[in-house]
Amino acid sequence: MTDPTPNDDHQPLVRVVDLKKYFPIRQGLIIQRTTGNVRAVDGISFEIARGETLGLVGESGCGKSTAGRTLLGLYPATGGSTFIDGRHVQEAAGDDWMLIRRQAQMIFQDPYASLNPRWTVNAIIGEPLRVHHLIDAEAARIERVTELMALVGLDGRYINRFPHEFSGGQRQRIGIARALASDPIFLVCDEPISALDVSIQAQVVNLLEELQDRLGLTYLFIAHDLSMVRHICDRVAVMYLGVMAELADKDDLYEEPLHPYTQALLSAVPVPDPKVARRRRRIILEGDVPSPINPPSGCRFHTRCPVAQPHCSTYIPEWREITPGHWVACHEVEPKFRPGPFSTS
Amino acid sequence: MNPLTTPRFNVSAPDSRHVLLDIRHLQVRFHTPEGTVYAVNDISYQVHEGEVVAIVGESGCGKSVSMMSILGLIPVPPGEIAEGTAEFMGTDLLTMAEDKLEAIRGSEIAMVFQDPMTSLNPVLSVRRQMTEALRRHYGMTGEQATNRAIELLELVGIPDPARRLGNYPHQFSGGMRQRVMIAMMLACNPSLLIADEPTTALDVTIQAQIVELVMRMREQLGMALIWITHDLGVVAGLAERVIVMYAGMVVEEADVDSLFDKPRHPYTMALLAALPRVDRRRDSRLKSIPGAPPNLLVEPRGCPFAPRCEYVVDRCLHERPPLLAVSPTQRAACWVTTGDPAFATSNEFRNNSR
Amino acid sequence: MATLDSVPVILSTGGDELAPPLTFRQMAWRRFRRHRMAMFGAIVLIMLFVYAFAGGLIYTAERANFTDTTIRLSPPSLAHPFGTDTVGRDVMARTIQGGRISLMIGLTAAFLEILIGVLIGAAAGFYGGVVDSLLMRFTEAMLIIPSLFLLIVMARIVGGSVFFIVIILGLTSWMYVARIVRAEFLSLKQNDYILAARSIGTPTRDIIFRHILPNSMAPIVVAATLAVATAILSEAYISFLGMGVQPPTATWGNMLDGSYNYIESAPWLWIFPGLLILLTVLSINFVGDGLRDALDPRSRNA
Repeated sequence: MTDPTPNDDHQPLVRVVDLKKYFPIRQGLIIQRTTGNVRAVDGISFEIARGETLGLVGESGCGKSTAGRTLLGLYPATGGSTFIDGRHVQEAAGDDWMLIRRQAQMIFQDPYASLNPRWTVNAIIGEPLRVHHLIDAEAARIERVTELMALVGLDGRYINRFPHEFSGGQRQRIGIARALASDPIFLVCDEPISALDVSIQAQVVNLLEELQDRLGLTYLFIAHDLSMVRHICDRVAVMYLGVMAELADKDDLYEEPLHPYTQALLSAVPVPDPKVARRRRRIILEGDVPSPINPPSGCRFHTRCPVAQPHCSTYIPEWREITPGHWVACHEVEPKFRPGPFSTS
Repeated sequence: MNPLTTPRFNVSAPDSRHVLLDIRHLQVRFHTPEGTVYAVNDISYQVHEGEVVAIVGESGCGKSVSMMSILGLIPVPPGEIAEGTAEFMGTDLLTMAEDKLEAIRGSEIAMVFQDPMTSLNPVLSVRRQMTEALRRHYGMTGEQATNRAIELLELVGIPDPARRLGNYPHQFSGGMRQRVMIAMMLACNPSLLIADEPTTALDVTIQAQIVELVMRMREQLGMALIWITHDLGVVAGLAERVIVMYAGMVVEEADVDSLFDKPRHPYTMALLAALPRVDRRRDSRLKSIPGAPPNLLVEPRGCPFAPRCEYVVDRCLHERPPLLAVSPTQRAACWVTTGDPAFATSNEFRNNSR
Repeated sequence: MATLDSVPVILSTGGDELAPPLTFRQMAWRRFRRHRMAMFGAIVLIMLFVYAFAGGLIYTAERANFTDTTIRLSPPSLAHPFGTDTVGRDVMARTIQGGRISLMIGLTAAFLEILIGVLIGAAAGFYGGVVDSLLMRFTEAMLIIPSLFLLIVMARIVGGSVFFIVIILGLTSWMYVARIVRAEFLSLKQNDYILAARSIGTPTRDIIFRHILPNSMAPIVVAATLAVATAILSEAYISFLGMGVQPPTATWGNMLDGSYNYIESAPWLWIFPGLLILLTVLSINFVGDGLRDALDPRSRNA
């Protein structure tokens, strides 16, 4: 793998190459043997362009959150690599590592668990400033924290308050302000709105969009709410049981899903319109998601797939580009057009 | 595997059916160390036989508490039912003796909760839990009860029911556990099933399975269904009538088509405008509702939505709007959108209610 | 845009929104004050400390060791409110001197116990894996040795000075603390705010000492109060068996030792030190209970 030169605007900001993360299942009192692996992420690849929002969707247990944490280097990867702005995350150390920790930040799902309950808002938002010695003077740091609070729509007068004094939506804003403190270029948003009430979700989503416009941020938006993903993302990747099922521009994916899993997933999303709801055909999948400890052979979806063929249980489907920018891993999808021998592209 | 279409049902005018549950002026409060929580503030609504009603609202709006309180399932104290009646098939549940209420809960009214683990006993096998109820309520023998339990599990789509009957709750996945729960609830053939966010903890594909199952069961058994949820999408797919709650009050009540076509309460309008659509291309930013739901520790005064409402007028701050009929099947509690017919037909209003 | 220009903050708590915020300690103190038994225990405990330390200014060690065999075993009187012992020493003066020693032993042994327990528990809980396995197996090994037996053997080997008694008590009682701290660390390190700190690049040292440790203070503080009580009791046990702090230095424990033969004939010999031990241990336990409730992060909003 050749390293792209850093800060090249034409390169994707984030490149994930065959990323794997297994969680070993250990047994034994002192000497622990590995008796199995939870294959949470089992070889995923994608790229995120500068200023883009990539959605990563899938059902619980599909490995989307683990993927987000592993690609940031917060979990050691079992295999594969991530490049953020040209830096190899898994091999970074020292200054390189700290630079990645400044440039790439995370926004969490649970606004209650992601803020230290014993710290004031000032200490929480100021932590990146302290850790990276961006602002060491106390007064200047308070000024910057107040600025960040204003940026996310919080009143700076509450700077000395504790997280429990804020509502869920406000806490999420505190978490966003902390993520922005070190002037990052890339944010992994791990289900940032799923713990919030409907009327608050739109506030947070709009805030994220405004911040992206203002600060030129790049997002990886991990979520299970497919409606919101369609709204906020540019491209969307669908994961199933640790592997990629489909990746495409959002409107492509939502209007012409190719993978049977994507089709079922999209058809199951409720639409807030009774007329549409009555008309819609739903593909009801049978059964549950199999265990990631012993994932099914061949195509991992074949146990629930409505169009599965015998060979699906034997051969792992190739991750291929069916039309430009539309990737899918399924045996049963035919390329709609093959570039002819005289094709110019 | 067959792709199933969403069940379709004939929406008959609710009034033609008998009233099953009639709640009037219900008020529920909780006395906590921090003060009195005004959880449910004078709500009234009816549910008819065989009807599917959805109660929608955000967390803390009183949608669950109102249901739990009429079934005697809130702890008293700190809870207190300050006022109101809740007549079920003609008798008031709120003044009923505890043992009679318990009998009704076991037979006529069934409840399915968000987390089935809280209502299933983790140390007893599913067989024990299912057959016990059947033997108690119907005087079945052990063998009859077991056969009936297998039938019920098969009905809710649990594969290999005879073997699964011996399993314990933790051996089922979330979706399967919810199915077991529904099977147990169906055992006594209730006339009202209350489903309290039964699919909130589940993934969309599993949610679709459960919604489909409940609707199929309802059609077969003809019971009334109250579906409590925060998800307007689920509501659109299953309800006949919708009750929207905010800060412990009913702010709008309508048949499902009117509610989504022509919402008349600013809160409903704002909620719908804040929802992205999976089936449409994005056209603009979402409309966000500023602020947060009110603090229920303060005694409600005026319209609870007034501080966040874009149509707010002076009257809203002081006087609580009653539920006013805007059509035979729709009522909304708003001084502005229901009181002034000129405004309701104005362009500004139309644009905002899409 | 609305979200940026307007200021939508409405604090979840009622009342004056800009009132100075309550710190963690202030809130804990509020809850502690409401706990009646704990307040009672705290007041008794303060009185005991005043008794032992301020009393020591009046009744010096010399006075406590002043023997006058002519008045041996005299019952409580105005001159000797708690009576005199077998060699005519003033029992009250000895309970004051002994109290100082006993309380000092309790405090320092508890401090040592907490120090060892927190270090071992934190290392095991934070690093997990082999470190955890090794440390926890060692902890369990220490736990299965009967502690009283261990105390007696070690006291026998190193002798009965106050310094060594403290060391012994500390070395034989840290295991429960280690297990509590390990469990706290194991669960706290799963929190998203720890992951957030790591994603920011916060050094491990800061994660342990600024994020996790302050959040596990509640059980540690509770364990520490109870450890003081246990240490005082343990000292009393081994002193009663004659292997603790050696006379003429008085402790509440070794005062009991000498009174064994006079249980009926001179009850004041054991009643007063016994009562003081009882009061101390009881009030420390009440205070511990109160702290447990006051510091419980789940009741943060009270």
